[in-house]
Amino acid sequence: MTQPLITASDLTKSFPAPGGAVQVLAGVSLTLERGETLALTGESGSGKSTLLHLLGALDAPDSGEITLDGKALGGLNEAARAKLRRQSVGLVFQQFNLIPSLDVAANIAFQARLAGRYDAAWATELAARLGLTELTHRYPEELSGGQQQRVAIGRALAGRPPVLLADEPTGSLDEATADDVLDLMLALVAETGAGLITVTHSERLAARFGRRLHLRRGQVT
Amino acid sequence: MNVKAAFAALLLMAAQATAQGFAGLGTQAEGFAVPERGTPLTFPQDHQAHPDYRIEWWYITANLTGPDGTDYGVQWTLFRSATAPGTDEGWQNPQVWMGHAALTTPTAHHHAERLARGGTGQAGVAPAPFAAWIDTWQMLGTGPDMDSLALTAEGEGFAYALTLNAEPPLILQGEAGYSVKSRDGQASFYYSQPFYQAQGTLTLPEGEVPVTGTAWLDREWSSQPLSESQTGWDWVSLSLDDGRRIMGFALREEDAPAFHSGTVIEADGTATPLSPEEITLTPLAMAQTHGRSLPVEWQVTLPGHSIDVTIKAVNPEAWMDTTFPYWEGPVRISGSHTGRGYLEMTGY
Amino acid sequence: MIRTALGALLSHWRRRPGQLATLLIGLMLATALFSAVQAINTEARASYGRAAALFGGAPLDSLRAEGGVTLADYAALRRAGWRVSPVLEGDLRVTGQSLRLIGIDPLTAPALPSAIGAALTRAPTDILGTGAMAFTAPQTLATLEGAAGLPPLRAAEGIPPGRIIADIALAARLLGQPSGITRLVLAPEQPSNLPPIAEIAPGLTRETPEAGGDIARLTDSFHLNLTAFGLLSFAVGLFIVHGAIGLAFEQRRPMLRSLRALGVPLRSLIALLLAEIMTLALIAGALGVTLGYLVAGALLPDVAATLRGLYGAEVSGGLQFRPAWALGGLAVALGGAALASGSSLWRVAQMPLLSAAQPRAWARASGAALRRQALAGAALFALGLLASLALPSLTGGFALLAGLLIGAALILPMLLTAGLALGQSRAKAGLPQWLWADTRQQVPGLSLALMALLLALATTVGVGTMVSSFRLTFTGWLDQRLASELYVTARTEEEGAALRAFLAPRADAVLPIWSAPTRLNGRAAEVYGFADHPTYRDNWPILSGLPEMWDQVARGEAALVNEQLARRADLTLGQNLEILPGWSLPIAGIYSDYGNPEGQVMTSLTALAAQVPNLPRLRHGVRSNSPAALREALISDFGLPPDAITDQASIKAFSLGVFERTFTVTAALNVLTLGVAGFALLTAFLTLSSMRLPQLAPVWAQGITRRRLGQIELARSAALAGFTALLAIPLGLALAWVLLKVVNVAAFGWELPMFVFPLQWLLALGLAVLAALLAAWIPMRRLARTPPARFLQVFAHER
Repeated sequence: MTQPLITASDLTKSFPAPGGAVQVLAGVSLTLERGETLALTGESGSGKSTLLHLLGALDAPDSGEITLDGKALGGLNEAARAKLRRQSVGLVFQQFNLIPSLDVAANIAFQARLAGRYDAAWATELAARLGLTELTHRYPEELSGGQQQRVAIGRALAGRPPVLLADEPTGSLDEATADDVLDLMLALVAETGAGLITVTHSERLAARFGRRLHLRRGQVT
Repeated sequence: MNVKAAFAALLLMAAQATAQGFAGLGTQAEGFAVPERGTPLTFPQDHQAHPDYRIEWWYITANLTGPDGTDYGVQWTLFRSATAPGTDEGWQNPQVWMGHAALTTPTAHHHAERLARGGTGQAGVAPAPFAAWIDTWQMLGTGPDMDSLALTAEGEGFAYALTLNAEPPLILQGEAGYSVKSRDGQASFYYSQPFYQAQGTLTLPEGEVPVTGTAWLDREWSSQPLSESQTGWDWVSLSLDDGRRIMGFALREEDAPAFHSGTVIEADGTATPLSPEEITLTPLAMAQTHGRSLPVEWQVTLPGHSIDVTIKAVNPEAWMDTTFPYWEGPVRISGSHTGRGYLEMTGY
Repeated sequence: MIRTALGALLSHWRRRPGQLATLLIGLMLATALFSAVQAINTEARASYGRAAALFGGAPLDSLRAEGGVTLADYAALRRAGWRVSPVLEGDLRVTGQSLRLIGIDPLTAPALPSAIGAALTRAPTDILGTGAMAFTAPQTLATLEGAAGLPPLRAAEGIPPGRIIADIALAARLLGQPSGITRLVLAPEQPSNLPPIAEIAPGLTRETPEAGGDIARLTDSFHLNLTAFGLLSFAVGLFIVHGAIGLAFEQRRPMLRSLRALGVPLRSLIALLLAEIMTLALIAGALGVTLGYLVAGALLPDVAATLRGLYGAEVSGGLQFRPAWALGGLAVALGGAALASGSSLWRVAQMPLLSAAQPRAWARASGAALRRQALAGAALFALGLLASLALPSLTGGFALLAGLLIGAALILPMLLTAGLALGQSRAKAGLPQWLWADTRQQVPGLSLALMALLLALATTVGVGTMVSSFRLTFTGWLDQRLASELYVTARTEEEGAALRAFLAPRADAVLPIWSAPTRLNGRAAEVYGFADHPTYRDNWPILSGLPEMWDQVARGEAALVNEQLARRADLTLGQNLEILPGWSLPIAGIYSDYGNPEGQVMTSLTALAAQVPNLPRLRHGVRSNSPAALREALISDFGLPPDAITDQASIKAFSLGVFERTFTVTAALNVLTLGVAGFALLTAFLTLSSMRLPQLAPVWAQGITRRRLGQIELARSAALAGFTALLAIPLGLALAWVLLKVVNVAAFGWELPMFVFPLQWLLALGLAVLAALLAAWIPMRRLARTPPARFLQVFAHER
C-alpha cells in the first residue's frame, strides 16, 4: 500500500493541427493514492480531458511516464492496454456512451463481465443504490440523461476497478441532477475504496473532492 | 474328375449369394442336355465345344522350374457357359466365353480375365488343327489328339508361351469319362491329360525366364455338376516324382461331411478311380489372403496306395480376383512321396 | 470477454430485426438466384457428360466403317489384342416418341453404367441375351408406361433421358440387325506394341469425339447466358447486402468505440465482427442455396425443353442435389458478404479510439467521391468496349455488357446529383429549394438501391426488346420457311416412291426434302437437295444473295448456306465451299435458319443425288389447297401412319413453343432480379426514413404538416425512381443491341434485326415508379403518424 495508485511524471502530448502541432500537455505530473478523490479543473483546451485519456490508457503520451495500479503503461502494447482498461479502470463519459442495444442491467454488468469479475449481488446492489432497480429492463434511449449517467457510473463500478476516471460526468445534466449523481459517485467510490479522478469545469463541484489540480495551458498551476 | 472351376463357367447362371451352392452351381438344367452314363467319348470330336451342355472348360495347369530352381505355376483356362442351349451366328448366340490366365511365383501372383460372347469369333474352339482362344490367348494343337499344344496368354505384368508334349493316351475320369459329382448323382463328362512335359518362356516384370516342367489338362462338360447343398470344393492335381498322378477333391456340404473322390493314375496311364472312402484331404494350416482365411497346407492320404503326403502352397497369395474369385496355385509335395501339383479352393 | 463483447455486438440485431432481415434476405436472394443458375447449369452439363460418356469417364474414341463394322473386323481386332467393344445403335419409335436404343456388350465394355455393372455380377442372366432387361432414365421410363414392343425396362440413374441401354443381343433383335455393329469403342488404355488397326481391319476409320462433345459446345453459349444472368442478380443482391452491412457498422460505431474504451482489444473486435458477418453469411447462404434449389427445380423443366428443342440436348428434368454447387453457393455467399463488409471492416480497423462518437450520416459521399465513382464507371465503359474488341465474340459481348451495366450504375449517382443541383439552382421559393437540396442530400443513401434499380430496369428493357424482336422476326421467318402445307415421311425407300406416285395427282406439288450428313468447318452439318419450285423462290428467307441465285442453284452450279454456317465459317457470296469430300460449289445465297444449331447447305436435288447415290428418299413437303383432306387420304387410302404426317400448323406451334420456353427462364430470372431491386429500394427507404427525423423536424416546425411532409417524401421517391428509369431505357436499349448483334451471333449463330417497343419503356417507367411508391409508402405512413413529440425530441436532444 506504499505505492501510489497512479503516478504520472512529466507528461507531454501534442496534436497535429492545421497551423502546426498544438502542445496540449507540457510536463504534467501527479499522483493519486488509493481512496483519494481528485478533481481536474481548467478551462476548455487546458488539457484536462487529454490528461484523463492518458491516465486511462486510452491514449499514449509523447513523453513522460505513467504507472497505473503498479503497472508502467509505457511498454504496453494495444492488447495489454486494453486488458488494463478492462480490469483496472472504470470510465464515465460526459455523453454516457451506454450500449444502446443492451438494457440497463446488461449495461451495468457489461464491463465487469468483460473483465471476468461479474458479481450479481454487487450489480444488484449498485442498481439499487443508483435508484435504477425499477429501470433495469429499459433501454438507454428510454432513460433521461441523469438516469443514463447513473447507469454509466454503475457500469464503471460493477467490476470494482481500483481506478475510476470520469470526464465531465455531470456536464450533460442540470444542476440538481448533477449534484445527485455526484453524491452517489463519491459515496460509492468511498465504499469501494477506489481512487477517483474527475474532470470538471465546475468550481462548485470541484470543491467537493479531496484534492484539486488546476490545469492551465497544459501545465499544473 | 475335375469339378474345379465349374463355378466360374456358371457365372452367368445365378447369384453367388443364393443358397444354391457356390456361384449358383446347383441350378436346374432346363433345356440343356444332361450327361448320361455309358455314353462313349469320341475323339477328336469331344475336344470341341458341346453347346447343348450348359458349361464346359479347357483347363491347363503347369508346374514349372526356372534355371535357378525357382518354382513357377501357370494356369490357362477357357470356360464356356450358355444362357440357352445351341449356337447361332451373331449377337443372338447364347454362349458366353471366359478366360483366366495366371502366373504364380513364390513371391507374386499375376492373373487376368477375359470375357467374350459367342457367335462373334472373339473366342471359341475350332478343329483341324485344334484351337481354343479368347482374344489373344491361345491353346493351339500341334499334333493329333491334344498330344502337343502351344499355349500363350498375357495380362498386366506377365505373359507366357509354353509348348506341351505328352506320350501316353488321354485319361478318362470316372466310369470311362462319366464322372459322378455328388451323392445325389450329379455328373459330368471328364477327361484329362496329366502327363505333359512343358517348356517355354515366362515373361515377368523382372524379365524373361526359360522354364521346364509338367502340365495337366482337364476337359469337362456338364449341365448341372453340383447338388444344391454343396457350397464349394478343394481340388488337387498331384504329379509325384515316381511318375504317378493323383487327382482328388472334396466337395464341401452344407450340413454333412465333404464328398471325397479322385483318381490314381499310374505312370503308364492306367487309371484307378477312388471311392469316397479311399482318399481324404485334411487342412493343416490356414493363411490370410485378400481378407479371407484359406487352408494353404493340406494332408492328402490314400491309405490303399500307401500315400500320405503334405502339400504346401508355393505362394499362399495365389488368389484369383476375378468375376467370381477363387484360390488356385502350385504346391510342393512332401511326406511319403515328393513331387509337385496344383491346388484349387472355392467357396471361401 | 469474448462472449460479453459478442453479446453486445449481436444485441444490435436483436434491437433492429428489420436490418437483420434485410441483410439476411438480401444475401439469401443473391445467393439463391446465383445458385439456381449454377444448379441448372450443373445439371445440364452433367446430362451432357452422361450422354457423351456412355462408358464412364471421358468420351471414348470409336471405330466406324462405311455400312457398319463386321463381326470379322471385331474378332480380328480383339484377337490382335485391341481392347474394343461393339456398340449397336438405332432409333425405336414407341408411342409417338423416338427413343435412342444403344446396344452394348457388357462383357467387353470398357466401363458400364453403375446399374448395369451391378446387375452383371448379381444376376447376369437378367441383362445378357435377347430376352434380357433394358435400362432407361427414370423420367423416360415414366413416359413408356404400358408401351408395346419394348423389352422389360428398369430405371437407372446416370442414363440420359430418351435413351434405352440394352445388351447388344437384345438391341440386335429389336433393331433387326442380328450381326450389326454401329461402331467399336476403344478402351482408353490399350496394350503396347499392337499391330496398326489399318493392317487388321482396313475399312475402319477412327473417330475422336471433340472435347466436351458437340452438344456441350453448342449449349455453352446458352449456359453462359444463364450464368451472366445469375451474376447480374447476385450483383443486385450484393448492393442490398453492402447497404445493410454498411448501415449496421455505421450505427454501431459508438458501441464499437465504447467497447474499445472498456478494454476490448481492436484485434478481438475485428475478429468478432468478421465472425459475426461470416455466421450471418453462412445462415443466409444456406437459406439461399435451399431457395436456389427450389427455383432451379421450378425452372429446370423449361430449360430442359429449351435445350431439347434448340439443340437436341437431352437434359433430365429432375434436379439432383449436388454438393458442388451447394458449396459453391455458400462460398459465393461468404465471398459476397466479405466483399460487402470489407470497406466497413477496414473503417473500423482505422477508426481512432478517441474519434467523435456520433454516427456519421450514413455513407455520406462527398462530391469528390461521386466524381471518382463516375470516373470509375466511365473507365468500365471503356474497358468493356476494349474487351469486346479484344476478346472472342461471346466473352467480349458479355464483357461489353458488364462494362456497360456496371459503368452506368456507377455514374448514376453523379447524374442524379447533377440533375438535382440544376433543379435547386432554378428553384426560387423556399420549400421547393429545400426539396431539391434535401433530395440531393439523400442521393448517397439511396444510391445503392437506385443503382440496383437501374440495373434491373435496364435488364427488363433490354431483355424485353431482345425477346420481342426475336419473336417478331421468328414468326415472320416461320411463315416464310414453312411454306408447304404438309410434311410427310416414308418409312422405306419403296414406300417413298409409292408415296410420290400417290401424291402426284392429288397435291399441287411434292417437294422432296432429302439430305445427307456432312462435316463443314469441323462440325456436323446437313446438305439438302431441293427441287426448283416457286415455293422456294417466293418464300425462302434469303438474307443476301446473288441476282441469279435460284437459277444457278437449280442448275446445280451453286449452293445456299444458312446464316450460322456462313458466320461460323466466315463464308461470303461467291466463295467456294467443299460441301462433300471432293464436291465444291460457289455460295450464291445466305438464308436465315433460326433455331437450328447446325450448319446447313441447300443445293439442287439432282446434283446432290448424283453425289450421294444412296441418298435416303423419305421426307417430302407437300403443297396442297386442302391439306386436311389430303392428310385423311394419306392415312386411310395410302396407309401412312398418322405420326408420319405433320401439318404446317403443328410445326409452327411446336417451334413457337420451343421459342417461348427458351425465354421463360430469362423472363423468370428477370422478374426475380426486378424483385430483388425492389426489395433493395424498400430497405433503403426504410433505413433513410429512420434517420430523417432530424432533417424533417425543422421543416415541420416551420409549418409544414406531417401529412404534407409524407406526400413530399412520396413524390420525391417516385421522382428519383422515375429519373432512374428514364436513364435505364437508353441503357436497356444498348443492352438489347449488344444482345442481338453480338451475343446472339456468338451464342446461336444468327443476327436479328432490332425493333423498339416504346410500350415496354412505359412499363419499365411505371414499374420503377410503382416500386418506389410501394417502397416509400411504409416510411411515409410512419412519418405521417409520428407523434409531434418525437419531432420535438429532435430539438431536445440537439447538442
